[in-house]
Amino acid sequence: MKIIVSALVVGLVLSGCTGGGGLLDKEDRVGLSGDGSFGQGGNMEPGSIGYFQSSIGDSVFFPVDQSSLTQQAQAMLDVQAEWLIENARSEVLIEGHADEQGTRAYNLALGARRASAVRNYLVSRSVPADQLQIVSFGKERPLEVCSQESCYSQNRRAVTRVSGALAG
Amino acid sequence: MQKWMVLILVVFGLVLPLKARAAPLKLTLTEGVIQPIPYAAPVFVAENSAAEDWSAKITALVIRDLNSSGLFREVSKSKYISQITSFASPVQYSDWKAINVQALVTGAVTISSNDQLVVKFRSYDVFAGQELGDGLQFVGTKDRWRRIAHKVADSLYSRITGESGYFDSRIVYVAEKGPKNARQKALSIMDADGENYRPLTDGKSLVLAPRFSPNGKQILYTSYETGFPRIYLLSLANNRRQVLENQRGTMSFAPRFSPDGGAVVYSVTKGGNTDIYRLVLGSGQSQRLTTAPSIETAPSFSPDGRQIVFESDRSGTQQLYIMPVSGGDPRRISFGKGRYGTPVWSPRGDMIAFTKQSKGRFHIGVMRFDGSEERLLTASFLDEGPTWSPNGRVIMFTRETRGAQGSSGLYSIDVSGRNLKPLRTPHGASDPSWSPLGK
Repeated sequence: MKIIVSALVVGLVLSGCTGGGGLLDKEDRVGLSGDGSFGQGGNMEPGSIGYFQSSIGDSVFFPVDQSSLTQQAQAMLDVQAEWLIENARSEVLIEGHADEQGTRAYNLALGARRASAVRNYLVSRSVPADQLQIVSFGKERPLEVCSQESCYSQNRRAVTRVSGALAG
Repeated sequence: MQKWMVLILVVFGLVLPLKARAAPLKLTLTEGVIQPIPYAAPVFVAENSAAEDWSAKITALVIRDLNSSGLFREVSKSKYISQITSFASPVQYSDWKAINVQALVTGAVTISSNDQLVVKFRSYDVFAGQELGDGLQFVGTKDRWRRIAHKVADSLYSRITGESGYFDSRIVYVAEKGPKNARQKALSIMDADGENYRPLTDGKSLVLAPRFSPNGKQILYTSYETGFPRIYLLSLANNRRQVLENQRGTMSFAPRFSPDGGAVVYSVTKGGNTDIYRLVLGSGQSQRLTTAPSIETAPSFSPDGRQIVFESDRSGTQQLYIMPVSGGDPRRISFGKGRYGTPVWSPRGDMIAFTKQSKGRFHIGVMRFDGSEERLLTASFLDEGPTWSPNGRVIMFTRETRGAQGSSGLYSIDVSGRNLKPLRTPHGASDPSWSPLGK
């Protein structure tokens, strides 16, 4: 029974990402993690994208106007790197984001710096560089919507989005 | 001049006695406090019955335009001593002087035999007792009545201030719908007074910061339709567009035209570093203008096309710099406390408008291009992205309200810091770009 459930989860995950043109968008993600019957606990296949998002963690966070990686962020990226090497996917996109306290173009550039810092770190941990693309959304896609530091700290982030089939 | 509208300069043959006159009516625009000029605009005479509705609408719009500038104050019709019942009759200056009207506008509207709208007007300097400029006539199809009224208002603005107007112009901007964390953005266009709204994209792809070309026929903007920010050039006539830069592993954004329309400056991000490039549209040749490891973005040409103002954080925070159009040593021009971004050179060439962040507040400000005479015009939770009216007199910008329900809207302010007001738009709105006059 357990095997069947796992297979189902993988099936859902794969259909979720192919449906979005290769990249997971926010709704896919909400659909996966919000689906309590499949999305939680030990039933998730460790090689699955859902596992990467919920058990490893796909986001690292940055101080105001900074793109250097905190120790916490580096520790998270060490685990991401291991997983990415073990579960090589055809596409990994690192998204950089900023909080709303900045002008639009500057925040795009700042988000790109953050995504690039994550990419460089992952490459330094032996993730193949050609697998890792970066993009910045600046302040256009906040995770949290309040106008306080409690939200801003969640929005200053870089998210590692994994999609595509397992390589090899 | 568009085909649908014929501008005919008509000298209506008023014979004015040559005699010593009072100083002619002239509003000199300075940075100081301006007393709005009191004027009267009696409802334009409908010269046939088909014209009655049109004359009321057109007069009301001319008045709305003039009042909106903050430079003119309409004297209430209830105070009128004499009425204008015929466009041809002489004006009783004393009747208007008695109620303190300085500028008088009279007009007439006719629907011609081929169903065209014909609008004539004259303006008078009441205290000098003389006509101000010649009588003018505009002819156009009825569906263009708003543009005709804007042209009348622009002519009046120009006669009284000595500067060109800005009412007959448009705004391209980003219309915003939906919650803050899943906002839909569509490229949109409307008249400068918020009317005739029309979306240009469907809102499925994130779009940012559109910019008018100098001839008003093309729009540069940034879209995420490939998943990555890319610059597109949209032709308004046929809605066709082309991508300008599509290099894998890069992002491109923040484009602006050169004053002759032949080149584009913009930012490209490679490997996390953002620099400024210039692309010649004819040849497709691009040149990198900055090479620093810092963020260089938001470039804007000087009106003579020889220099570029941009923002950079090479000093550690966002500041404004000016460099020659071919690149080379930039000169820093902003030295106040806080962060400076989104510089835009005024069409007159003397000022640069910018966004400033200081102590948790955002401001729209202006400074001379040598960095002197900085003045902050606004203050709010989040103001950004100024754009100049075609005559360099008014600045429009994005204002965003705080909080989970926060939304964006467009505001304008006179360069003197007076007359701050919101522009009504059908949805949320951001990133305005003002068209040239009459485009």
